[in-house]
Amino acid sequence: MSKVKLARKSTLIDMTAMSDVTVLLLTFFMLTSTFVKKEPVQVTTPGSVSEIKIPDTNILQILIDPTGKVFMSLDKQKDMIETLSKVGDELGVSFTEEEIRKFKIQKTFGVPIKSMKQYLALPAEKQDAILKDYGIPTDSLDNQFKTWVKAARATNQELRIAIKADSNTPYKVIKDVMTSLQDLRENRYNLITSLKVESVK
Amino acid sequence: MAELQTNDGGGKKKKGGSKQKKISVHVDFTPMVDMNMLLITFFMLCTSLSKPQTMEINMPSNDKKITEEDQVKVKESQAVTLVLSGGDSIFYYTGLPNYKDFNSLKLSSYRADGIRSVLLKRNVAAVTQINELKKKKLDLKISQEQFTKLAAEIKNGKNTPVVIIKAADRATYKNLIDALDEMQICNIGRYVIDKITPAELFLIKNRESKGALSQNSAI
Repeated sequence: MSKVKLARKSTLIDMTAMSDVTVLLLTFFMLTSTFVKKEPVQVTTPGSVSEIKIPDTNILQILIDPTGKVFMSLDKQKDMIETLSKVGDELGVSFTEEEIRKFKIQKTFGVPIKSMKQYLALPAEKQDAILKDYGIPTDSLDNQFKTWVKAARATNQELRIAIKADSNTPYKVIKDVMTSLQDLRENRYNLITSLKVESVK
Repeated sequence: MAELQTNDGGGKKKKGGSKQKKISVHVDFTPMVDMNMLLITFFMLCTSLSKPQTMEINMPSNDKKITEEDQVKVKESQAVTLVLSGGDSIFYYTGLPNYKDFNSLKLSSYRADGIRSVLLKRNVAAVTQINELKKKKLDLKISQEQFTKLAAEIKNGKNTPVVIIKAADRATYKNLIDALDEMQICNIGRYVIDKITPAELFLIKNRESKGALSQNSAI
């Protein structure tokens, strides 16, 4: 009887094609996506039919969480430094080199100016943990929010203001922010929303 | 692992000349694929694909020095006031508020058959014009720039309604965005966000108590 001879095949698979595909996918992801910014509070933006995209640079983002805490972020480190020094001058706080260096690498800031020094002295991990308990005061007695916006505007004339607030934020807080902006004659700004598809019947 | 295979077996050797070994190069791409997959996973998890949408709004100036002439007068018949209240409820009244009649403040909803149908009905002329314009744009009769210009003209036309949005403190941010969204859906170009006054709060309370407040105050 003749035995069926099984040909010994090599188990090597040519991975070149696979590699091509993965490199393509990788390139696609690298080019189309933007990094998620680290934000101290989780915010779900409400949906809207608006389709205008927000520009990448020169944005002053105002982040409002459901409990009404206000945070801010600037996209340029140069602006951050100047804004901090202007706010410091106005509220009578001066910062050391070290503090400025620490401040400029912050993604989002939102600490009352009194606690700023103390906050900047903390190590980075601790800053992340406690930032969400702070927030820039917006009430009419001690409106540091206004000072920040004014300083940021003085630093960069082309700055666009974008408000990103949670769907469940009470209007009262939004009103405070909007009134402060109106007082500074900042009458044009953007509201960040997420996409909602809806058609007119 | 990359391996070099020499296959010098078989084949006739060339006459004369130097002996050249034919080398076929096989590079194993498996680790490369592994690494790429890892990178793709990293990018998928740590980045967001879509940029957030945004809505541009113009707020009225807070300037106290604005004179009478600078103020825009609105025909009573064109004005619609939306009052956003807590619990996702939305009220509206047209023209001037009628404090005597609690039914002048009507309750509506954020659904398609709610405030949207009311506004569409009032803005029917502009909406049909915009739809015609959209059709023309789809047929490539007019360019995008022309479309934006003409659409803006229609939206800000003389006979379009003027909507005043007033939100109570209890309303949420979502309510405000929804209301602004309706402006866009209904092609309303003239709208403004205003502060709520005690008068509107009175109207809501009056409605809730079925006119009891206005009766008391009338006496």
